[in-house]
This record gives sequence, structure tokens and C-alpha cells, in this order.
Amino acid sequence: MSSFTFSLRAPPDQRLDLSPLTPQNLAGKSVAEVASIELQTTRVRITAGDVFRIHEGDPAAIVIEGGSARFDRVGMGLTAGSIHVDGEVGAQAGRLMSGGLLTIGGAAGPFAGSGMKGGTLAIEGDAGERLGGPLSGETAGMSGGLIHVRGAAGERAGDRLRRGVILIEGRAGPYAGSRMIAGTLAIGGEAGDLPGYLMGRGTILIGRGATLFSPTFADCGEHDLVASRLLAAYIGEASPKLARLFRRPLRRFAGDMAALGKGEILLPRP
Amino acid sequence: MPELTANGIAIDDTFAEAFDMRATALVITAPTERWAKQAAETMTGFATSVIGCGCEANVESVRSPEQTPDGRPGVRVLMFAVSTAELQKQLQSRVGQCVLTSPGSACYAGLDSGEDKLKLGDAIRFFGDGWQIAKRLADRRYWRVPVMDGEFVCESTTYLTKKAVGGGNLIVMGESPAKTLLATEAAVEAMRKVADVIMPFPGGIARSGSKVGSKYKGASASTNDRYCPTLKGAVDSALSPEIGSVLEIVIDGLTSEAVANAMRTGLAAIIEIGADRGALRVGAGNYGGKLGRHHYHLKDLLP
Repeated sequence: MSSFTFSLRAPPDQRLDLSPLTPQNLAGKSVAEVASIELQTTRVRITAGDVFRIHEGDPAAIVIEGGSARFDRVGMGLTAGSIHVDGEVGAQAGRLMSGGLLTIGGAAGPFAGSGMKGGTLAIEGDAGERLGGPLSGETAGMSGGLIHVRGAAGERAGDRLRRGVILIEGRAGPYAGSRMIAGTLAIGGEAGDLPGYLMGRGTILIGRGATLFSPTFADCGEHDLVASRLLAAYIGEASPKLARLFRRPLRRFAGDMAALGKGEILLPRP
Repeated sequence: MPELTANGIAIDDTFAEAFDMRATALVITAPTERWAKQAAETMTGFATSVIGCGCEANVESVRSPEQTPDGRPGVRVLMFAVSTAELQKQLQSRVGQCVLTSPGSACYAGLDSGEDKLKLGDAIRFFGDGWQIAKRLADRRYWRVPVMDGEFVCESTTYLTKKAVGGGNLIVMGESPAKTLLATEAAVEAMRKVADVIMPFPGGIARSGSKVGSKYKGASASTNDRYCPTLKGAVDSALSPEIGSVLEIVIDGLTSEAVANAMRTGLAAIIEIGADRGALRVGAGNYGGKLGRHHYHLKDLLP
């Protein structure tokens, strides 16, 4: 059975909440019922049928053809199945997802993978600020699963990360891994100022150093870590490039000593 | 008693009687195969019989770097005990004293499923005195314990199986100690290639088979006099005049099928050597069939 496809008719004239378009929500619905799902975020009512041409298919495999920076909350709460967006998306893509696969063909806005609990979020382009991070008032960010960003990530990627793995192939903005509770954040390129700011536990690997390191990280020397081999094996399929970095001898900086200090920043030997 | 013969070797019409046991498995890795084996052999030393050692354990197989979680050379160890509590106690003390201490070692679960879980790194992590770090990857959790040569990585738990079987056996009888040992060694060598089994005695072979009970108070088992060649004229011996030496192979397996496979493989190896160079007769130990649930009849296992 082919995928359940939504083809964008024209760029939307307001921000849309696409969180209802998930496999668990579409299962058992007719095309007419799906077309009548409301997606507006303003007082102007707009339905899925207004925005997209809908081709019925397997609701466990959803394809959204044509992206927009106004597509917010794509795949929010996804539990199983897959959603592929053939283009860019707005804020909170994959927020609170607990399973399944969400792939974004272009860039993603802020808070992608926010509070994610499981599953895989793959972003082909860049990710906005606070990748995997908590919204205001929440105590923890991502708590499981895998986020893989092919491009760069904005400020505070992995903010309050608690569990799970975030892979960023390109650069990361300032304060990457800020306030990390635990988990793993790997950055292929250079990080901005003060990576690991106030992190308690967890691992941050940075391929090309940072523009400024906090003095509250203590140099523990270069090591061949068995644990980094396990990480390399775990991420090897998703990102051979980052896996190679984990297999190099790693300089370990323990910190942030201004917080709990049981975390680490790992810098591969150049 | 002998009715069947194969390649000149008499096969007793009897069966091995084996028991339900609890078992677990570990994969131990190190920078080199030599040190992975060293850690495993140290951990499985003094683990021949549950009666005196608390558990029965040995190396099951050598694992290539491609077959281990961290891509280093490793070995898989199986451990058997009579209760979950005893298995947990033995696992904890043996990994703590023998694997944690071994240079460059790491320790992982060697079973992917089972009826219950045992603490592995969850019991050892306290050695880190607060510096230990947990790393969870998918559904597996690892402890990183700082030690003097780097870090000891140890998976948090391993599975326990209640389907394990202990006490499968072959009794190999020959004309001389040398010929009997030759046949028995060949059998053990072949059986080591069978998955999910160990032969816990020294080099896989026991020479002091026992019977239940003793004339002495306080001894629960004593020498199996009916199989001692030096007593064959003095007791109600199970040995005919031409038998001059008897050795036993004891087999523990994660499943009953694995034990049967190992016995079948061992029998085939003994038979292939033939009566002229090796054993004259093969038997098996049982207690009349009333104590153990698993019966392996030799006639069903012939090649």
C-alpha cells in the first residue's frame, strides 16, 4: 500500500498546527474526515483539505509533499509509523514523540524534538534553536530516542537533555548542551561559545572545538574509551562521520564544575 | 548390559539424567584475546560443581571483534546455579573480583532474553565511589567505572534463564588411562564447538565421578566405587575386566536441546576414534530417573 500523501496546494497564509496529522490519528478515518481536520492557529478556520490535496494510502506512512516554515508541530506526539516532510518545517517538529520515524527533508525551526521520549527524528537541513529542549516551565528536555541533524543547529541544542542521543553533523550555536541532565550530544563541526554550560551529567563530543570553552571544565587528558566505542557502534549506521570521531583518542574535560560536574566534553584528536 | 556397538565401542542402553538449573551468560572483552580469556578463566576458576563451588561456569566460545558490543576481542562465559539468589551472589562476587580487576576488561550481558534479570554493573558500580557514570543506548544501559587503567565498562544487567539444564554426561570407559583420555579429550574438543553449553570440569573432564551418600557422616557424596577400576574385583562393579580407566564429561546447557546436541557431538567424536585407539565403552550417569526431569538416552543420540 502506498503512503498517505498530503500535497501542498499553496503556501499557507497563517501558521498551521499539523500535530493532528499523525498515523495514530489518521487510522480508520476516511479521506473526507481527514480533509475536515482543522489546522488553523488563528481565528480563520482552515482544514487539511484546504491546505493539501489528499491521496489516501497507508496511514502508518504519511508523506507531506512541499514544506513551509509555517508548518508547526509536525509529527507531535508520534508513537509509531513514519512521517516524511518533503521540505522545511516550523517550530516544535517531533515534539513529545515517543516512537516511529519523522524525517524532515529541509530545515526545521526552533524546538525540534522538544521533550522527545523515543523514536527517531532526522532533519536533512539545519535545526533552529533549542533542539530537543524543554518549553518554558518544563524541567527536562529530550528524554529518549535519537535526533539526527545533517546540517547545523542553533543556540542551546540539547538544552536540559536528560536521556537519548542528539547528533549534529555540522556546527552548533552557543551554549550547546546547556544544563544537560544526562544523555549524549555529538557535534561534527565547531560549537559556539560555552558548550556544556552548567551541565550536570552526560557526554558532549565536539569535532572541531568551540569558539570559547568555559574554564569550569577540567582537563582529564587523552584516552581511548571503551564507552566511546559503544557510542560509535550505536550511531555508526546513522552517522558514519560522527562514529569515526568517537573512535579517535578523545581528550576528556570533566564538568561543568560550576554545577554537578559529572558530565564530560570529549574532543577527538585532530 | 552392552547391547549396541558402534565402531567397536559398546554403547550402554542407559541414559544421562539431568536437572533444571538457573543460568546466565556474559561477554567479556579486552584489548587482546589473551586478556579477555584471562579475565574469563579467572572468573570461572573453582566453578566445577554447584555442590562445592556455588556455581558451574566456563568459557563457552571465543568471540571475534565483530561479534562483541565494543568491537574488541572477547569470550562468552556461561554460569549455572541452583537458585536465582545463588547465581546473583556468584555473578557479583566473581565479576567484582576477577573481571573488574583484569586489565582492560569490559563486561556485557551474554543473553538477549530470559525470564528474569540479574544485576551486573548495577552491583559493581559502587566501586566507582560516586565517580561512576551510566550511559544508556537504546534499551541497554552501561556503567563506566573509573579504574587505574581507564574505565571499566559493565552493562547494568544481564538476563537469567530458568530453562537451563545441568548434569548431562557421558561416561567414557577404556582399556588404559591414556586411551580413555585420548577419546575423552577428542569428545570435549568437538563439544566445545556446540553453542550454549559448557563442560565445567578441568579441561571439560572429571575423573572423580561420585555417588550419592557416604559411609562417613557429613559427606553427601563419595567416590563412585562401581566405576573405579582398582576396585572392580572387590565391589559390585559396573566394569568388565578389560576396562582399566573411566572418565566423565559433565555438560551444562542453556537449553535441553543444547545438552543433547553436545552429547550427540561427543559420542560421534568418541566413535570416530574407534575402540582400537580410544574408548571401549560409553555409558551415562543417572539416579534411576527419579531425581532429574531430563533424560538423554544414549541410543537416541548415536550418529
